[in-house]
Amino acid sequence: MSHPGERGRALAVSLLQHSAQWQAAQARAQRLAAGRTADAADATQLAQDYRTLAYDLARARALLPDSRTREYLERTYAQAHATLYRGAWHPLDSLLRLLREQLPRAVRWLLPYLAWSTTIFVLSALAGYALVRHYPELIALFASPELIASVEHGRLWTEGLLNVVPSAVLSVQILTNNIVVSLFAYCAGFLFGLGTLYILGLNGLMLGAVFAFTAQHALARPLLEFIVAHGCVELSVMCLSGAAGAAVGEALIRPGSQGRMESFRRAAARSGTVLFACTLLLIGAGLIEGYVSPDPRFSFTARIAIGAGYWLVMVLLLSGRLWPRQRQAARRIIE
Amino acid sequence: MSGGAEFIVDSATGIDVALPVAGPGARSYAFIIDWHIRLVLALAWYAGAALLYSGRLTLAAPLASDTRWFTTVLAPALAIYFLYHPVVELALRGSTPGKRMAGVRIVNRHGAAPGAGAVLIRNVFRLIDSLPLCYGVGLVSVAMTAEHLRIGDLAAGTLLVYERPAPAPAGAAALGTARDPAAAEVAAELLQRWPQLLPEARIRLARALLAAQADGAGTHGADDRYWQARLRELLRSGGVS
Repeated sequence: MSHPGERGRALAVSLLQHSAQWQAAQARAQRLAAGRTADAADATQLAQDYRTLAYDLARARALLPDSRTREYLERTYAQAHATLYRGAWHPLDSLLRLLREQLPRAVRWLLPYLAWSTTIFVLSALAGYALVRHYPELIALFASPELIASVEHGRLWTEGLLNVVPSAVLSVQILTNNIVVSLFAYCAGFLFGLGTLYILGLNGLMLGAVFAFTAQHALARPLLEFIVAHGCVELSVMCLSGAAGAAVGEALIRPGSQGRMESFRRAAARSGTVLFACTLLLIGAGLIEGYVSPDPRFSFTARIAIGAGYWLVMVLLLSGRLWPRQRQAARRIIE
Repeated sequence: MSGGAEFIVDSATGIDVALPVAGPGARSYAFIIDWHIRLVLALAWYAGAALLYSGRLTLAAPLASDTRWFTTVLAPALAIYFLYHPVVELALRGSTPGKRMAGVRIVNRHGAAPGAGAVLIRNVFRLIDSLPLCYGVGLVSVAMTAEHLRIGDLAAGTLLVYERPAPAPAGAAALGTARDPAAAEVAAELLQRWPQLLPEARIRLARALLAAQADGAGTHGADDRYWQARLRELLRSGGVS
């Protein structure tokens, strides 16, 4: 127990005479945080409470450092702070701003990483193709026994797929798997980019290897027909999420002056926007893969048109041109 | 005082805000409650929808692939289980029923409720935090960082803090008239907890408190009521000097 001098005691006594005010402030902060009041005067009064609490807390830290009063004031002040800085919540506006403004900025920032991730993916695919072409037995490393058996019998594993699995089920299975792979390629960037490199490389190798294997059995054209409608966007999104993962990895390897964790946090926050767009695009690609790709009624031309069209939509979405630009124009005029 | 780690936020008033950081225990407690809630909700949906769909007392899936069964029974149950955290955290602005019960909430680096982007990023990184199983990576990260952050929190710039409102100091109204508020505060709390304490313990505490005020030491044989009266006097007058 401390023994403050007479002056300290007198100051503490005057401080404690505000206790009724603190309790009123606490009740007001709770009411506003829970949304139980829309009273403007109440909200204005909270700003005044916040200043009073700050002033009293500073005095309590000096006069009564190890007291319940100080603890109470710390928590009440923190509660008032959280309520005041809660901010407005307009999810639809936030979503539109994200797609119209933040996404194109993030994609522009990621362009160098995208060039690298695409190069790695393409090189891996070429390597996979060359490997299986020269050493056909290596296909066992990249494909399942069922897939190998089907191709060796002269049939693509995708033939008659809709007789076994309905389109809706197939779509959900595919889009879930693709989204998980895409998110994982991004998150694996946390391992200093090595995880992203591994996922991009492995997927590239598998694609190239399967193409070489089907080409050996004269099935490369049917495989191309199967993947062209959904694959353009799916593979682009794989490279894009790989680029986001690489950016996160580089932020950890070369953090610059801001510190490793801060650099990681900034890179993750910027590239996270792209991941959101990737998820939306993969939902569309999954639906195409479930409803269009296995359906023999769609001609090769129609599949190319769908694939190219959806790819164009992806480019417009990522560049922010899919949405009206009135607000940006208005902002430029104001600036 | 809580004694745990604190996260300090600058304030426009010039007086920083100290937020008590939630540790691995509180985080795990919140997660386990949420895990049970989402499991029960997903199973309830599956059971209810499967019974309605089949019209019989069976939860088994149809033998042949069935789009309607998939879209009305299985897919919603899986969506409830896997999308519970991002959807509820977005809807409740950084909170979930489990976090509320554990008395914690998510805040950003300014001590405010996190934005939608931060909530989504911290949930995407669950993929890494949950590796290799039972949130192993996340738990190691929480144990090794000063602010008890999992990888998702590091990426999103968020952290978990306690949000339990502190009870008003015992006898707060009376403290304003006491001569020694710090001693009076302890006396008020001791009086408040008097019925819950064992008689020997409360008398020992009262004697120690009054001894520190240079009064009451050496008073042997006094009964329970005597010590209560002395404490009330201390509370009223701020001690005997």
